[in-house]
Amino acid sequence: MTALLEVAGLTKRFGGLVAVKEMGFSIAAGEILGLIGPNGSGKSTVMKLIMGIERPNAGSVRLDGVEVAGWPTHRIARQGVGLVFQHSRPLHRQTVLENIKLALLPDSLTRLFADRHIDARAREIAARVSLGGVVDRLPATLPFADLRRLELARAIARNPRVVLVDEPFAGLTKHEVADFSALIASFRAEGHAVLLVDHNVKGVAALVDRVLAMYLGEPIAEGSAEEVMRNETVRRVYLGGAIETAARPEAAATGRARLLSVENLGVLYGKAQALDGVELHVGEGEFVSVVGLNGAGKTTLFNAISGLVPHTGTVSWRGETLAGRTPAAIARGGIVQCPESRELFGDMSVRENLDLGGQHFTREESAKQLEWLFELFPILQSRGSQAARTLSGGEQQMLAIARALMMRPKLLILDEPTLGLAPVILEQLSRALERLRQTTDITVLLGEQNVIFALPHADRVYVLEHARIVWEGPPGKFAEEAGAAYL
Amino acid sequence: MRTGRMAIAALIVLAALALLPFGSGEYVLGLLTLAFYFAVFAMSWDLLFGFAGEVNFGPSFLTGIGAYAAGLLNHYAHWPIWACVAVGAVAAVVAGVVLAIPALKLRGPYFGLVTLVAVLMLQNIITLFAGITGGEIGLDLPDVLSIDGATNYWIALAFMGISGAVLFGLSRSAAGLILQAAGQDAIQAAALGFNVAKHKLAAFCVSALFSGLSGAMLVFYMGTVSVGTVVDIAVGVQVIIAAVLGGRRTILGAAIGAVFLIVAGEILRPLGQLSTFVVSGVALAVILFFPGGFLGSFGRRRA
Repeated sequence: MTALLEVAGLTKRFGGLVAVKEMGFSIAAGEILGLIGPNGSGKSTVMKLIMGIERPNAGSVRLDGVEVAGWPTHRIARQGVGLVFQHSRPLHRQTVLENIKLALLPDSLTRLFADRHIDARAREIAARVSLGGVVDRLPATLPFADLRRLELARAIARNPRVVLVDEPFAGLTKHEVADFSALIASFRAEGHAVLLVDHNVKGVAALVDRVLAMYLGEPIAEGSAEEVMRNETVRRVYLGGAIETAARPEAAATGRARLLSVENLGVLYGKAQALDGVELHVGEGEFVSVVGLNGAGKTTLFNAISGLVPHTGTVSWRGETLAGRTPAAIARGGIVQCPESRELFGDMSVRENLDLGGQHFTREESAKQLEWLFELFPILQSRGSQAARTLSGGEQQMLAIARALMMRPKLLILDEPTLGLAPVILEQLSRALERLRQTTDITVLLGEQNVIFALPHADRVYVLEHARIVWEGPPGKFAEEAGAAYL
Repeated sequence: MRTGRMAIAALIVLAALALLPFGSGEYVLGLLTLAFYFAVFAMSWDLLFGFAGEVNFGPSFLTGIGAYAAGLLNHYAHWPIWACVAVGAVAAVVAGVVLAIPALKLRGPYFGLVTLVAVLMLQNIITLFAGITGGEIGLDLPDVLSIDGATNYWIALAFMGISGAVLFGLSRSAAGLILQAAGQDAIQAAALGFNVAKHKLAAFCVSALFSGLSGAMLVFYMGTVSVGTVVDIAVGVQVIIAAVLGGRRTILGAAIGAVFLIVAGEILRPLGQLSTFVVSGVALAVILFFPGGFLGSFGRRRA
């Protein structure tokens, strides 16, 4: 088989960060390759480099023998590459049919009227993706899955030789996943080369011919879906080698007072079900981890608890429902969230950031709290007068946690503290969390996709997958009971 | 079809307006003549903002170039009116392209800022070379379109009708669809194989052409060219308010907004300084409560 798409030595740097390093792979006509990797591994960047949305620093991208690396996006598209975006962004004032027609138009300034055959062709494509019945409706009136179909329809309309699909199944139900799989498989049957980008092997295993796994910008394994799932390096990246657990013995005791309980929680983002029937509780002094891949709904869960997104179901705090309380009132009640995006004030110094967290307390109280925090995170003391934005990623994360702790939370919610951090920093952060757990009776709810980080401290673990809690149990049982599903 | 119905409604309104000189005085005609030129400014602006997705904070840069190029030629070289107008339009396109090629490379709000600075520079240059341009006072022109109010009115109406038809047709064409896609999501449009920069630049040229034409014709209606009527930032702000008030992405709405602003300003003139305040208040209320503008709200209710 000759390769339709050949990528070699592809490298992309953002400032000092190497997002993609010497990536190479090829896809033949009539083949589906799955490109997988955890959040931040660089897989989306690879896709953007192929499409020309980002320009590579080095390397080559050959399309049927033609070097296209560094070309502008529209030329690469015309050369025969199509991208199915994860988020559909149709033209809202145009009907479904007009949206499909758009993809069929030539890139011409003088073409004032579309050719006759375009209308027929657009209807044909709509029928193929099961949008035939809604061609005259506006995109805003369509359910989520139909918007994704529209996105696929546009890719089909361009008839690209190479199709890149970004997270094909995110937010879809089981039934819709089957539909979409069939559509993507039909690309293969027609001799297109397909690249599927996703977080884990499981989601795309049934569809792909080969899988390439990447981590921190580099390829780590390649082969059939089964081979990659068995691969030691892949298992370590996703699950950690031997998962060390250190549940506190007293955690076994079930007599804890319930601090937080979440019942039948549901959240809708437009038409996408972000959370569905989530049940979760946290006892006083407990350390609970919620693990799940990017997009599983962790951040949404925390935002719902903090009162930042509208939801159905109930969230109660010390037995009282939080419905109707403002996010500020909830935070004053003792639930403090340390968000994924950190939200530091970049131009303020480390001290100023911390002082902001402690402004509700008297000077003495605040000073005492600060002293304790500097014990927990000694690095912050030496960085006191430095502007927050000049800190390294790991130091910023510590500062974000410290600022949240300044508010003396009863429940500290940590959302993806490891995002984008190097392994060596993870260890420092992990040690700080362990100290926090051993020296205080603080209650922590941690959301993580990095299981290696999430398990060791946890008393109890929840696994969140596609908007639902699919497993709950002690960290010691995670690897045998839920580990396989997590790959 | 919506497009068809809007076009028919526009034609009926134009026909009714064409009969107006038989039943109303010079004062009303003069006011509307001014409003019609203004309407073309606003429609040109909407093509850029509503479709190409670029906020041009300096629409009066383009009208000003067209007006002054035509005015200077007529004043000093005594070229015939039609030649001056043609040169004015071409000058606006050339100046627009010189401005747009570097500015369109910028992302976010910087395109808008560049256009804003361009107006200030033009205004400064005109004041600086007052010996040639007439500075703040302006320049009298030896020629005018007509001394008859009704004739002037019909010329302006026809000009607005033709400009509106071209701009509206363009916005509803295949090329207009691509332009809209480029304006809403440049990356996605590029991934569909469209050269986003090319389409936006073309839209800028068309916008500049009609702004320049309208600016040039306006000075031959007024018989004078001055900063206050065609270049001043305040003129540009009025154009923007008119287009947003009428309804973004509708082209025809921009014309309605422009006529409304000019007529309302005149009706409220007895209020003195307060009139600007009242008109601005109305505009603000419409933008806050009906962000779709006149035509946008109308279209939504029907849908």
